[in-house]
Amino acid sequence: MTEHHIKLAEDSLEKQTTTINVGPTHPATHGVFQNIMEIDGERVLSTVPTIGYIHRAFEKIAERRPYYQITPLTDRLNYCSAPINNIGWHLTIEKLVGMDIPKRVQYLRVIIMELARIADHLVCNSVIAVDTGALTPFTYVFQWREKIYEIYEEICGSRLTTNIGRIGGFERNFTDIAWQKIDAFVDGFPKMLKEFEALLDRNRIFMDRCIGAGPISAERALNYSFTGPNLRAAGVDYDVRVHAPYSSYEEFDFNIPVGTAGDVYDRYLVRNKEMWESLSIVKQALEKLKGLDPSVYHADAPDFYLPEKAAVYTRMEALIYHFKIIMGETDLPAGEVYHSVEGANGELGYYLISDGGRSPYRLHFRRPCFIYYQAFPEMVSGGLLSDAIIALSSLNVIAGELDA
Amino acid sequence: MTNEQLKELLSAKFPELSEWDESYGLLSVRVPAAKNLELLQFLYNDPAMQFQFLTDLTGIHYPDRAGEELCVVYHLHNLVANIRIRVKVYVPVAAPDVYSATPVFSGANWMERETYDFFGINFIGHPNLTRILNVDEMDYFPMRKEYPMEDPTRTDKDDEMFGRG
Repeated sequence: MTEHHIKLAEDSLEKQTTTINVGPTHPATHGVFQNIMEIDGERVLSTVPTIGYIHRAFEKIAERRPYYQITPLTDRLNYCSAPINNIGWHLTIEKLVGMDIPKRVQYLRVIIMELARIADHLVCNSVIAVDTGALTPFTYVFQWREKIYEIYEEICGSRLTTNIGRIGGFERNFTDIAWQKIDAFVDGFPKMLKEFEALLDRNRIFMDRCIGAGPISAERALNYSFTGPNLRAAGVDYDVRVHAPYSSYEEFDFNIPVGTAGDVYDRYLVRNKEMWESLSIVKQALEKLKGLDPSVYHADAPDFYLPEKAAVYTRMEALIYHFKIIMGETDLPAGEVYHSVEGANGELGYYLISDGGRSPYRLHFRRPCFIYYQAFPEMVSGGLLSDAIIALSSLNVIAGELDA
Repeated sequence: MTNEQLKELLSAKFPELSEWDESYGLLSVRVPAAKNLELLQFLYNDPAMQFQFLTDLTGIHYPDRAGEELCVVYHLHNLVANIRIRVKVYVPVAAPDVYSATPVFSGANWMERETYDFFGINFIGHPNLTRILNVDEMDYFPMRKEYPMEDPTRTDKDDEMFGRG
């Protein structure tokens, strides 16, 4: 241990170190996290995270709900990129029932998931900047996150907790306005991202604050089951989109950016690079869509795909299926399936056990930030308190996902 | 490496493995509770295996299976060969003792605490087996099937009408 700067008298009743509570409602924690820290001056000796403040028992609730009602629960896991959670859940059900998804739907999903990834990374990276004292980049990028939210709004009607799409596809086809908004985003976003990088990437103050803060080695990160940008920043190129491609990701050409030191700066850089890759994937998907029938937006699976409302009012079969699905009368096949997607902060897995009933027998969410947040004490011990704060924001721990 | 090769190698080393399954392309196997840590260590250390990434760890409750009511499920990933395996351990609810995976995987720490919190699995050798998401004062394990979602004494609602019978 380092030498104390202030020496207490030998018979002093005071403790040499200080115990402080960071959180649960501290403004620097961006969510309901509590850390009971033992600090010596400004140096963190140890920290004990307390979690569970917003535990809502989603896994228990899911055991009583028909599968289509579980989609809104997944919204509330990582609410910064809810569409990835929604589509991941749909993909799990589709894998269980063995549904064929048309290519166009797969590409539409890729577009939405990559936009969601950009939105999530924008929040995380700009919040690192805020915690280092730079508020300006935050105000820039939130205008563009807003544009992504407008795209969601045009497609599914909601913004944060999106409940986007259905099992088998989307609830409606993308409108012309949605396409215009996507095109406008793809055209305008690079300029903003360049500005954002110009503000921070080689900014002396930002670099001095971030380099070496909250580091983790590749070995420790793997042993802690890190996934997503946090693992890649430590130098491991594991990405679910490449290792277990879903929704036709194998057809896309993109790089997996990796870091070396696994510190705050590397995590920041990896996320920024990933936004460029996501943008490139969106562009590729737009290209791939050109040759496809623009009227297809869902699979032909009447047992599981909730029919369009207009058809429900006019056609008998649609009315029957609508009623069956809404009342939870559609049984899933029995089986056990693990499906994962590359969420914005790591591998988001769904372990679903169906006994052939209307709702899961057991559903477990593999929540990436629950798993990697346990490494937080190891990452910040011995560092400065202010490093611990930016390490927390750079890990992209989302309270909703942490506590499920 | 394919699932068949993996199965061959493992059953040669551990003849007590059973309930092999390959649904949805994922090799799944059951190991006796006494052997789970040994199997995890073998999967981790053996140069032919290299399952050094613990993807997921969770529990399941099967109240109807007498003597093996609780199940612990591990999902392991060999990132080099990119192959996954699922390992299951069944234990009786009366004595739910399973060896902790924390000596092999640091990441198992919170996953096991969560499993203990919700299912009451006693992970032997865990450094700090306390509740994690629920309140410390809780004296039951809420994900067990004997705690249904809605109040079972409610009479104002006929579940039969909602397909929940």
